Amino acid sequence: MSTTHKSLALAGAVAAALTATLASQAAAQAKEKCFGVSLAGQNDCAAGPGTTCAGTSTVDYQGNAWTLVDKGTCAEIELPAMADGTARQGALEALERDLPA
Amino acid sequence: MSAPLTSTTLPAAPGVGYKPQHFQSIIADAGAVKWLEIHAENYMGDGGRPLAQLRHLAERFPISVHGVGLSIGGEGPLDPDHLARLRHLMSWLNPASFSEHLAWSTHDSHFYNDLLPLPYTDATLARVCSHITQVQELLGRQMLLENPSSYLAFAESTWEEPAFLQEIARRTGCGLLLDVNNVFVSATNLGLRPQDYIDAYPLDLVGEIHLGGHDEDTDDHGAPLLIDSHGAEVVDPVWALLDYTLARSGPKPALVEWDTDVPDWVLLEAEAARAGRALAQLRKAA
Amino acid sequence: MQRAPDFTRAILDARLPVPEGLLDGQSRPAGRRFNVYRNNVAVSLTEALEQGFPTVTRLLGEENMKGLAGLYLRSHPPRSPLMMHYGADLPTFIEGLDQLSHLGYLADVARLELALRQSYHAADAPPLDPLYLGTLAPEDLMRTRLALAPSALLLRSHWPIWSIWHYHTTPGAPKPEAGGQNVLICRPEFDPAPLLLLPGAATWIAALEAGRTLGEATESAATATADFDLAATLALLIEGQALTVPPR
Repeated sequence: MSTTHKSLALAGAVAAALTATLASQAAAQAKEKCFGVSLAGQNDCAAGPGTTCAGTSTVDYQGNAWTLVDKGTCAEIELPAMADGTARQGALEALERDLPA
Repeated sequence: MSAPLTSTTLPAAPGVGYKPQHFQSIIADAGAVKWLEIHAENYMGDGGRPLAQLRHLAERFPISVHGVGLSIGGEGPLDPDHLARLRHLMSWLNPASFSEHLAWSTHDSHFYNDLLPLPYTDATLARVCSHITQVQELLGRQMLLENPSSYLAFAESTWEEPAFLQEIARRTGCGLLLDVNNVFVSATNLGLRPQDYIDAYPLDLVGEIHLGGHDEDTDDHGAPLLIDSHGAEVVDPVWALLDYTLARSGPKPALVEWDTDVPDWVLLEAEAARAGRALAQLRKAA
Repeated sequence: MQRAPDFTRAILDARLPVPEGLLDGQSRPAGRRFNVYRNNVAVSLTEALEQGFPTVTRLLGEENMKGLAGLYLRSHPPRSPLMMHYGADLPTFIEGLDQLSHLGYLADVARLELALRQSYHAADAPPLDPLYLGTLAPEDLMRTRLALAPSALLLRSHWPIWSIWHYHTTPGAPKPEAGGQNVLICRPEFDPAPLLLLPGAATWIAALEAGRTLGEATESAATATADFDLAATLALLIEGQALTVPPR
């Protein structure tokens, strides 16, 4: 593809993206800024320090040893490690990892 | 950024510890609640909803910034990064008040997320005073220091807590935040009369009063051990202790703290309204 | 006399005796009164981790999460009083645990939840007016640089992290199937959400982040993935308000 072709293809794709988002942009502008409603799990840091109700009774999870017991939803998800212990890896875009610290 | 127009003093009226889930209710009708207190550390992020809410609230209510992580009673120096974050928050928000705790939470660069106790000795007195002076000079304003909830005592302590706080205030010029629930909890846990604590306390230095709920537990000997949980209603003996205190101190800004198992706004506002009635009763009697 | 070293050691290790010289009101040893501090520290940090990693908690179950948190908080106590950042080392910690080696995806799910929290507290930035792009001539469009908002965070994984997250947050969502997924966390207004990226999109976004022009980024994405859909990817970023005005 020539440079001109590429820039025209790019301009076409941008125009298509703008058309696709125009409706939702209008909706967003009409919407009032929503300070109040927080989705669950956004970690608003609920409590300050020294305000739990744990009391004096022994905390079971004392962090010296821990054995996994089957309790969670991980049992429902079938993405097991390979027999040799390496992870089963996906094929999609096998790029170098680039994850935030 | 220009500073919002915030009140420079807290009113002698009821306030509550601000929780994000109450934002809409507060904006709609704050009822008896005339001012709000935030935990400084929760507003030290870079942006997003917490800061947007705070900016919005600060245009409508006097705000008190209550630090929970400065570790004023720590054995090491104050964390310079944290001091810088605090100065930034205080400078853009310009709140009505700043307070912290007579406690420590950081040691050797680790933060323990609890208000840990310190012995009351001449050495700890000097250290706390130097930390408070550092904070006040950095912020260019007076701070208030809060009495802790005590679950135990140190063998090496040579000062009683009210005298220790009074001496800190004398040396540094700081004010005091009197948590009457903490007084009740500590007095019960250490076998003292809470009224004696109030009688010994320099009430003229109090810039703010805290109220909150506690849990009940027992120690090895079956003696009652109260835990400052901020997870329930203020109990009647603590309301009585508030009346006892106000009768001697005169009206003060009075805050209800509820940090765990946070209730609906209706219940929290009702607690604040009860504090408002205690203040109103006082004015009637005067 | 230094109290903090013994005090903090005994807080984190309940097998250690209560430090000397701690008393009740009658000058008897404080005994279990000290457990109030042990429990306040352990429970409050555990709760912070459960709150910050809800999908990891559900994957493991609460009992296991408490076990994991108990290990983590003792080896990685917070290094700052900003609890909004606590748990930054949890993904790497998970990768090092034998007990969890069969759950290869867990660390990346933790990275996704960490990124959601990071996005929630990220700096505000004015979203790019998409109409501006429409005003540019094709050759100027090629030379344009786009900047990602501070709240827009790219994650690439060999695991189906978006599907795992979706399965746990949306009733009726299908079970995840094997395969890597790339995700862009977007925060339109104040609520971050992970958006599943189409093939090539991660390459394109990473190139934009690295300061490449729109032309260069598109070229590298199309080279890596022949069926890279620029229009759909750009629409996703505009709707997610992931683009901001680039610094001049």
